[in-house]
Amino acid sequence: MTDSKRHIKLLLGLVVAALILCGRIFYIQIVDDSYKIDAQNNSMVHIPIYPLRGIIYDRNGKILVSNKICYDFHCTPSAVEAFDTLALSQALGVEVAQIKEKMAYYKQPRVRRKIGYRSVVMFPKIPQEQYLRFEEIAYRFPGFSGQARSLRAYPYNAGGNLLGYVSEVDAAYIKNHPEYKSGDYAGKTGIEATCEKWLRGVKGEKIFYRDSKNRIGAPYQGGEADTDAISGSDIVTTIDAELQNYGQQLMQNKVGSLVAIEPSTGEILTLVSSPGIDVAQLADIGSHYKDIVSNPYKPMFNRAVQASYPPGSVFKLVNGLIGLQEGVVKPTTKYPCQMGYHFGRNTLGCHEHRSPLDLEESVMMSCNAYFCYVFRDLIENPQYETVAEGFTKWREMVSSFGFGQRLGSDFPSELSGFIPQSSYYDRYYGKKGWKAHTVISLSIGQGEIGCTPLHLANLCATIANRGFYYTPHIVKDSEQVSIDAKYKTRHYTQVDTAHFSTIIPGMYRAVNSGYGSGGTASVAAVEGLEICGKTGTAQNPHGDDHSVFICFAPKENPKIAVAAYIENGGFGATWAAPIASLLVEKYLNGTISRDYLEQRMLEGNLMNKTKKK
Amino acid sequence: MNGAGDIRGRNLLTNIDWRIVGLYLALILVGWLNIYASEYDPENVRSIFSWSLRSGKQFVWILTALALGSLVLFVIPFRAFETLAPLAYVCVGFLLVAVIFLGASTRGSHSWFVLGPISFQPAELSKITTSLMLAKFMSRYTYRLSNTRDFFLTLALIFVPMLVIVAENETGTALVYLSFFFMLYREGLSGWLLFIAFMVVVIFILTLTASPYTALLMALAVIALCVSIERNKIKWIFSLYLPLCIILSFLPYACRTYAFLSWLNPMYVLWVAAAACVIGFVIKGYQEKNSFKMLASVAVVLAVIITLSVPFIFEKVLQQHQRTRIEVLLGMKNDPAGAGYNVRQSMIAIGSGGLTGKGYLQGTQSSYGFVPEQSTDFIFCTIGEEWGFLGSVLTILLYVLLIWRIIMRSENSREKFTRIYGYCVASIIFMHLVVNIGMTIGLMPVIGIPLPLVSYGGSSLWAFTVMIFIFVSLCRNEKKYFL
Repeated sequence: MTDSKRHIKLLLGLVVAALILCGRIFYIQIVDDSYKIDAQNNSMVHIPIYPLRGIIYDRNGKILVSNKICYDFHCTPSAVEAFDTLALSQALGVEVAQIKEKMAYYKQPRVRRKIGYRSVVMFPKIPQEQYLRFEEIAYRFPGFSGQARSLRAYPYNAGGNLLGYVSEVDAAYIKNHPEYKSGDYAGKTGIEATCEKWLRGVKGEKIFYRDSKNRIGAPYQGGEADTDAISGSDIVTTIDAELQNYGQQLMQNKVGSLVAIEPSTGEILTLVSSPGIDVAQLADIGSHYKDIVSNPYKPMFNRAVQASYPPGSVFKLVNGLIGLQEGVVKPTTKYPCQMGYHFGRNTLGCHEHRSPLDLEESVMMSCNAYFCYVFRDLIENPQYETVAEGFTKWREMVSSFGFGQRLGSDFPSELSGFIPQSSYYDRYYGKKGWKAHTVISLSIGQGEIGCTPLHLANLCATIANRGFYYTPHIVKDSEQVSIDAKYKTRHYTQVDTAHFSTIIPGMYRAVNSGYGSGGTASVAAVEGLEICGKTGTAQNPHGDDHSVFICFAPKENPKIAVAAYIENGGFGATWAAPIASLLVEKYLNGTISRDYLEQRMLEGNLMNKTKKK
Repeated sequence: MNGAGDIRGRNLLTNIDWRIVGLYLALILVGWLNIYASEYDPENVRSIFSWSLRSGKQFVWILTALALGSLVLFVIPFRAFETLAPLAYVCVGFLLVAVIFLGASTRGSHSWFVLGPISFQPAELSKITTSLMLAKFMSRYTYRLSNTRDFFLTLALIFVPMLVIVAENETGTALVYLSFFFMLYREGLSGWLLFIAFMVVVIFILTLTASPYTALLMALAVIALCVSIERNKIKWIFSLYLPLCIILSFLPYACRTYAFLSWLNPMYVLWVAAAACVIGFVIKGYQEKNSFKMLASVAVVLAVIITLSVPFIFEKVLQQHQRTRIEVLLGMKNDPAGAGYNVRQSMIAIGSGGLTGKGYLQGTQSSYGFVPEQSTDFIFCTIGEEWGFLGSVLTILLYVLLIWRIIMRSENSREKFTRIYGYCVASIIFMHLVVNIGMTIGLMPVIGIPLPLVSYGGSSLWAFTVMIFIFVSLCRNEKKYFL
C-alpha cells in the first residue's frame, strides 16, 4: 500500500516546510535583535535638539567664553513657491545673485532628485539680527526656515590655545568617544576639551514618523517620547582674564610661552602660547583651519605644555638644591671659576664674574663652573658604588620636582619632557663607559634634557613654596563642578625645606642687587615687589639661544610664580626676564611703573629670528 | 434515498465541506484587513471600504469572488469540470500564447490582458485548467504512470503551459507548475525523481557558492551512498567511498600547498573518478542485472554535465535581475540598497514585529512605505510586523490546515478525478505559500508570486476561489456509496 503511505509522507513534508518557515520567522522576530534596531532607524526621524554649551568664567567671574545664537537657513526646494528674491536678500543680507544661483542649483534635475522632499542648508550661520528680520516676513516664503544653533563668543583675547575650539566630531573622534554621534560638537583642544564633560550638556530630541520618501510625518507617540536638551554646566577656571589678556599682548610677535601659577594652590593664572590662534577665528575654526594649519609657526601647537625645551641655567637651581640635600655642597662652599670649568682638555665656558663664589652668589651670577663641580660630586658621590647609581639617585630627585613626567594637570595633551636614565647613557657609551664629565652639560640644564614651560613654572612654584607643589590645574571648584582631590594634594620634593632658604636669597639677589653687582636679572626688579628670579639662556640647535626666566614674588608668601620662555630671544635677561616681571607687576600692582620697558616688550618682534618649521 | 440528487434536494447547504470554506473565508479576511493596514496612513485615515484604497477595491474583489464561488458551487453542474477540462485547457493555452503578442507589457513581462478597468492573467487560469486536465487525463481507467507514453504525455501537459509562461517572462508563476510533481509523487512517481530534482538544485547552488569541484565531489558521494543503501551494503561506504571522498576533498588544498602536486588540476582527478564510477556501475549493473546501478551511472554523467553547465546557465540563460536575486539570496553579493533592498526591508518589517507584533494599524515599516509591493507580494510583512510571531504562525497554520484538509479529502475520495485535482490544488497552494513567505523572510530568492487569498489583486483571488470551490463542489457531489 505505497499509496496510503505516500500521502502521509506528503503531509509530513507540509508540516516540515511550515516548521522551517516558522523557525525562520522565530529567528528574525524573537532571536535576532538587529532587525528591531533597524526598524527604529528606518521609520522614525530623530531630530536632535542641541544644548547650549556651558559658559567659561575666569577666576574673578569674568566671562572668557559665552554663546551667541545664529541660524542655519534651510530650504526645502519641493515646498518653495515663487518668491520675492529681493526681499529675501535684504532680510538675510545676502546677494540676490547668490540666492538665484542656489535656487537654480536646486532645480537641476539631478540635484532635485537627490534632495527629494528633504530640506538642505542654504546659508549657514546667518547672524541672529538678520534672521529675525527674515522671521517677520517668513510667511511670504514657504519652504524656507531657520534652525537655531549656538556659536562660541569670546569677550577677551584669552588665546585660542588656552580656550580651545569646538568643532563637529569626525569619524575618528566618534570611534574613541562612542557616546557622540555624527553632527555633535565637541571641544577639541584647551579648556573646551578639558571641560568637555561639563560643558557639553545633554542633547534632547524630537521624534517623528517618516516615510520612505523621507517626508517627515506626525510626531511619534504625539511627542511624548521627545526629550528636552539640558544646557552644559558653567565652568570657573583659574585663569585671570586680565592677566591672560596682558600676557597675550606681551607675547605677540614672539615665539614662546608664558605661564603663571599661584604657588599656594597650583592654579594656573595665565597660559600663553605664541603665536596662537586668534579668538576671532576660533568660533568658526572650520573656515580658517587651512590657514592655521599651513602657518609655518604652527599656531595650533601649544608650546606651553607641548614643547620640549632645554631648561638652561634655570636648572642650576635644581642641581644646587639636590647638592645641598645630598651634602656634596654647603652654603659656604666656594669654587673658583676662570672663564669656565676645565676638565681634561675640555672646557665648559662661563662668563666673566668675580671668583671664587659661594652657592648663593653662584645662583645670583649664574656661574656655570660652580654647578659643574656640584654635579660632578653628585654623580661621582663616593656614597654610591658606581656612577650609574649616583646618576640614578640624582634622576630620582630631579623627578621629584615633576620633571621627566606629565605633571598630570587637567590641561589636555601635556608633554612629559625628558630626563635620561643611566641606561640611556649605557646604550651610548657602554656600562661604566661614562662618568660625570661625559654628561656634564646636565649641570647647567643643557644636553639630554627636555621640559615644558609648564614644568618650569611648576619648578618656580615649588621653590616659592619651599619644597612642594600642587599639580597645576585650570578648573576651579564652583557650584556646578568640583575638581579632583589630586589637585589639592601637596607633592613634596626630596629636598628638605631648609635648603630652599639657601637658594632663594640667591634668586632674590639676582634680581634686586642693582646693575653692576653681577646679578643676572636686574632688569626684572620692581620697587617693593621683592621678585626672586633666575635667568636661563638655553643653547639650541635651531638658531639663537632661547631666553628663559622664572621668578616668583613676593619673596615671603609668594602670590605668583612665572615662567617665560622666549624662543631665540638671546640672554634670559633680554626678553624673558622683562616679560615675566611685567606680568608679575601687572598681577600684584595692577599697573605698570616701567612704561619704557613695557613699550619695548610690546613692540619687540622676534618672529624673523625663529626658523619657520 | 441513495442518490446524491436527493441530498442536494433536501438542503442546498448540506454536504459542503465547511472546514475548507471556513478556512478560505478566514484567509480572505486576514488578507483584507492587512491590505488595509499596509496602506494605512495615520495622518489621512480613510475607511477600509474607501475606493481610493486597495482595501476598498479588494472588498469588491472579495464580493465578486464569493459570487464566483457560489456560481461554481451551486450553478455549474459538477460534471462539467471533468467534461469540459480538455476544452478549457486548450482555450486557455491559446490565451497564454495570445497574451504574448496582445497583452500589455508590465515590467518586462507580457502576461496581462487589459480589458478596460479589468486586467487578468491567463497564467492564473491556466493553473486551474492544467489541474483539471491532469485530473481528467490521469483518471482514465487505462492510465498507468509507469506506462512510458502516459508518463510523457503527463509531463507534456505540465510543461507546455509552463514553457509558454516562461516565454511570457513570468518565471515565478511558471515555477508553480513544478508543484504538480508532488501530485505525481502521490500517484506513484518514483521518490527518486523528486530526490534527483532536489539534488540538482543542491548541486546548482554548490557550484555557484562553493566550487564545481565541491559540487561534483558531493554528487559522487551521494550517488555512492545511494548505491550502497540500495543493496544494503553500508559497509562499502566506510571501507571505500568515505576514505576516498575525504582524500579527494583535501586534494585541492594539497595541490595548492605542495609544489610537487602543483601541476595537477584536481578537477581532472575528479573527472577520472567520475569516469571510473560510470564504468564500474555499468559493468556491475550489467553483471547483476541491476537497473539501479545503471541509473546511478546515468546520474554521475548528469552530475558532471550539470557542474559543467551551471556557469553557462547562470550567465546566459538567466536574466540579469534573476541572476542578482539568486546571488543576493546565496550571499554571493551584499547589496542592501539594490537587489537586496526588498528582502532587507521586508525582513526588517517582520523582525520588528517581535512576539506579539506592534498591534493592528500600528506598523511603521509597512505603512510608511518602506516595503515595496507591500499589499501584493509582500503582504506577509504587514502580518509579521503588526501581528508578530503569533500572528505569523497563526496565518501559516491556517494554510497548513487548509492544505491538510484538501489532502485528506482527496485521499478519502472515491473518485480518482477528485483526488488528483485535490492534490493539484494542495500542491499549488503549498508552493505559493513556501515561495512567497520564504521570499519575505529571506529563505527564497525574490520570486513575484502572491500569497494565495491574502495578497491584494482580483485576478489571483478569483483564480484561487474558483480553484478551491471546484474542489469543494467535487467533494460535495461525491457519490456516497454507503449512505
